[in-house]
Amino acid sequence: MPLTDPPAQPLLEARGLRFARNDDPVFGPLDFSVDAGEALLVQGDNGAGKTTLLRVLAGLLRADAGEIDIDGGAAGPARRARAIAYLGHLPGLKADLSVLENLEFLCGLQGRRRGQLPEHALGIVGLAGYEDALARQLSAGQKKRLSLARLWLSPAPLWLLDEPYANLDLEGIELVNRMVQAHLRAGGAALVTTHGAYAAPPVRTRLLAMTRPVAERAA
Amino acid sequence: MKATSPLPGLPGTASALMRRDLRLLWRRRGDALQPALFALLVIVLFALALGGEAKVLASVAPAVLWVAVLLSGLLALDTLFRGDAEDGSLEQWMLAPVPLAWLVGVRTFMHWATTALPLLLATPFLAELMHLPRGQLPVLMASLALGTPLLSLLGAVVAALTVGMRRSGILLALLALPLYVPVLVFGAGSVAASAQGMDPVGALLLLGAGLVVSLVLAPLAAAAAIRIALN
Repeated sequence: MPLTDPPAQPLLEARGLRFARNDDPVFGPLDFSVDAGEALLVQGDNGAGKTTLLRVLAGLLRADAGEIDIDGGAAGPARRARAIAYLGHLPGLKADLSVLENLEFLCGLQGRRRGQLPEHALGIVGLAGYEDALARQLSAGQKKRLSLARLWLSPAPLWLLDEPYANLDLEGIELVNRMVQAHLRAGGAALVTTHGAYAAPPVRTRLLAMTRPVAERAA
Repeated sequence: MKATSPLPGLPGTASALMRRDLRLLWRRRGDALQPALFALLVIVLFALALGGEAKVLASVAPAVLWVAVLLSGLLALDTLFRGDAEDGSLEQWMLAPVPLAWLVGVRTFMHWATTALPLLLATPFLAELMHLPRGQLPVLMASLALGTPLLSLLGAVVAALTVGMRRSGILLALLALPLYVPVLVFGAGSVAASAQGMDPVGALLLLGAGLVVSLVLAPLAAAAAIRIALN
């Protein structure tokens, strides 16, 4: 894979990031950065704070201390909306809408990458032919694929993927890796949480290992 | 570079949300009738309990109609944000390139349009059931037209506060009712005033003023409450 020129600013940079829930430290302080064309693999056991970290980065939770820079500027709502696509545990799909209607709504809400059509994205994630199926009729893995299609259509350069491999079959895991690879090649970046049981995408990867910081407190 | 793709603005996100809500309404059109049916039920029960005498009914008609509308609004209030909170839609709203308060405002408007507006249209028929004198109908309609959006906006704040709880049930009603009381007093009061030959405009203006204030403040408060509830 050809290496691109190192960009002037990292796409995402966190300095001294810390989060506590009811005075119980969840993670931190963490320092890391992700450049365009890079993936950051966030590894840790259950309860190590991987999901919380992604929610903090997405702006769904407020960090207790530390700074987050996106594209060289402090992360605010506008910068986040432009730069971040978030795939969480909850898919954000309406059960009573069809697959295509769900995609159209989410694109209408968050924008759509130029030159990409919802129908194409469904083909890429292997949901071609399901356009008119209601989301409630999909299996958990198919719902995940639908969320991946939404991600594919998103114009945001930074993907925050929380356990993207969960519920997917082997071919689906391969699909996530392929999508991340293509996204990085186009100048994007991705944060992927995993508890380590899956093969990482074959891209330039940094590793962030998270552990529970509460051990000494609990004693 | 991908980042050059244009992001949707205020009108674009609003129309996407409106289209989604209309589609959802159509998919569950049976549920959509519930608030109107509930109000009809309350009014029929009142009419039966009071004995069906036109004179008696007419004297309590404004109060009964207003209470019926208020209760049916309360019944529908829990659905305002609950579904979107449970399936994770609210998280995606927060990541949209428009303020959360804007989306909350649009959603509240759609909720009003799909639950309160049909009731508003059915009011002349319901008023006929209660033998409301025809001359009072315009005042009743005006008070409901100003009052029901105000109820929806106040309710949105309360619904947002309780959206993090699994079952909010009676708590939602207990929190909302104190806020609803002034609206009920001025709404039903305006019709009662016109029935006694007094000027209802004062009460209607107060409702209008309340509507303007809550139109600005309620979405902001509800958006802040949602952020807290989702923590």
